[in-house]
Amino acid sequence: MPTPSRNWREIPQRYRLEAGKCQGCHYICFPPRLVCPRCGGREFVPTKLAESGKLITYTIIRVPPEPFEDQAPYAVGIAELDDGVRLTAQVVDCDFAALQVGMRVKIEFRKISEEGNAGVIAYGYKFIPE
Amino acid sequence: MRDVAIIGVGMTKWGELWEKSLRSVFVESALLAIQDAGVDRIDSMVIGCMSSGLFIGQEHLSSLLSDYLGRNPVPASRVESACSSGGLALRQGFIEVASGMSDIVLVGGVEKMTDVTGCEATFALGTAADQEYESYHGLTFPGLYAMMAVAHMHKYGTTREQLAMVAVKNHDNGSKNPLAQFPFKITVEAVINSVLVADPLRILDCSPITDGAAAVILCPADKAKAFKKPFVRISGSGQATDTIALSSRNDIAWLESTHIAASKALSMAGRKIGDIDLFEVHDCFTIAEIMITEALGLVPKGQGGKAVAEGLTARNGKFPVNTSGGLKAKGHPVGATGVAQAVEIVKQLRGEAGERQIKNAKRGLAQNMGGTGGSALVHVFEAE
Repeated sequence: MPTPSRNWREIPQRYRLEAGKCQGCHYICFPPRLVCPRCGGREFVPTKLAESGKLITYTIIRVPPEPFEDQAPYAVGIAELDDGVRLTAQVVDCDFAALQVGMRVKIEFRKISEEGNAGVIAYGYKFIPE
Repeated sequence: MRDVAIIGVGMTKWGELWEKSLRSVFVESALLAIQDAGVDRIDSMVIGCMSSGLFIGQEHLSSLLSDYLGRNPVPASRVESACSSGGLALRQGFIEVASGMSDIVLVGGVEKMTDVTGCEATFALGTAADQEYESYHGLTFPGLYAMMAVAHMHKYGTTREQLAMVAVKNHDNGSKNPLAQFPFKITVEAVINSVLVADPLRILDCSPITDGAAAVILCPADKAKAFKKPFVRISGSGQATDTIALSSRNDIAWLESTHIAASKALSMAGRKIGDIDLFEVHDCFTIAEIMITEALGLVPKGQGGKAVAEGLTARNGKFPVNTSGGLKAKGHPVGATGVAQAVEIVKQLRGEAGERQIKNAKRGLAQNMGGTGGSALVHVFEAE
């Protein structure tokens, strides 16, 4: 089981959707990085992600990995947010049959998984249909 | 740089090998390769293995395996690039011989996957994805490839049946490979009625959990002639990387790293894709083979599904793909896969592929990739 620091250090991204906007080319890196993958820039200003967008692909996980055994089946997708950033998250509060590419979704803060009896509870963002 | 030849290959039957340990699986294949080559010495070893740490709790494989092969104190290295660890081992061995650093190099690949439960194996394989931004949200490898399939189907109209035809073709080939884990045929109906793993991918769209190893012996091409056996030259080697997070790619329905690695390997070989007689590619899921045929340039973008449906990639087609049965039927012990692809191509180019032999095969290409294409290795092989 990892120490809590592993989750703790990701809190700005996972709880507050903090990204880094490159001062050279204005590309938004999520999660934030030290080097811009587009222009090699090293100067960033913190920026917050858009909170809605559209699904560009999705699936329904029927065979889960261990920490998600009690959640299956569950939907996961990649959404392109209104600021152009793409991110991966579960799609919840939805009818699986209604999922489709192009569908509008918004981001909500939810519980992701539990590490077990003595472990921390992991939180983060999920998509729900708009 | 010196020309590099493969002078020996070795592979044993793959499957759920409960009675065998990782070290014994590896040594059996390595001994077959040494015997096939007829060499009396090894100067160096390179071993591809993705995750012995998570699968059996054992790292430091390089020295363990040289010890159990009875070859200490030869230099040995273990390399890792997820499911393309075997292809990477081949490239590192190639570089070592080409550079003049070593003459006789044993390249091996191995994975022992059945000492853990299915859930634990799913987790171990999932470490090839972005742990903090993909796996954290409950994504699995079938899930990632399922999202690539949904994107490909949406963009190009690829069908559920076309996906199934990849599995049917590869099982047909695998039915003629006695070393395959699943040497039997399946039908389109069986695939599309099999249990869902991650929609739209079903269990028969997925390569299996496998124990297995494969090995080849490399030496400089000018010294290969002394062994008086037909040998195969590695005429091109290409490698490329891409983001491991699928969400960071510009196009989820395209394998850019495979496209670049193939261009580099073909350019080194001085060949065009149409010059190649057969292909071993990384069909970890049915959608993967469809996308690889596009990335290699066998068909235009979006036409991979149509190509398999029309028989272009069948054994008797214009571009035979995965005559060994591919990862789907032969099995996918992840670190061994890239080396086993080379074993199949050498057997084909030496005319030793039995019932699945492609007539007059002179040139082959192997494509091996890690994760969802975050790494790719392509090699071109030519009969001498």
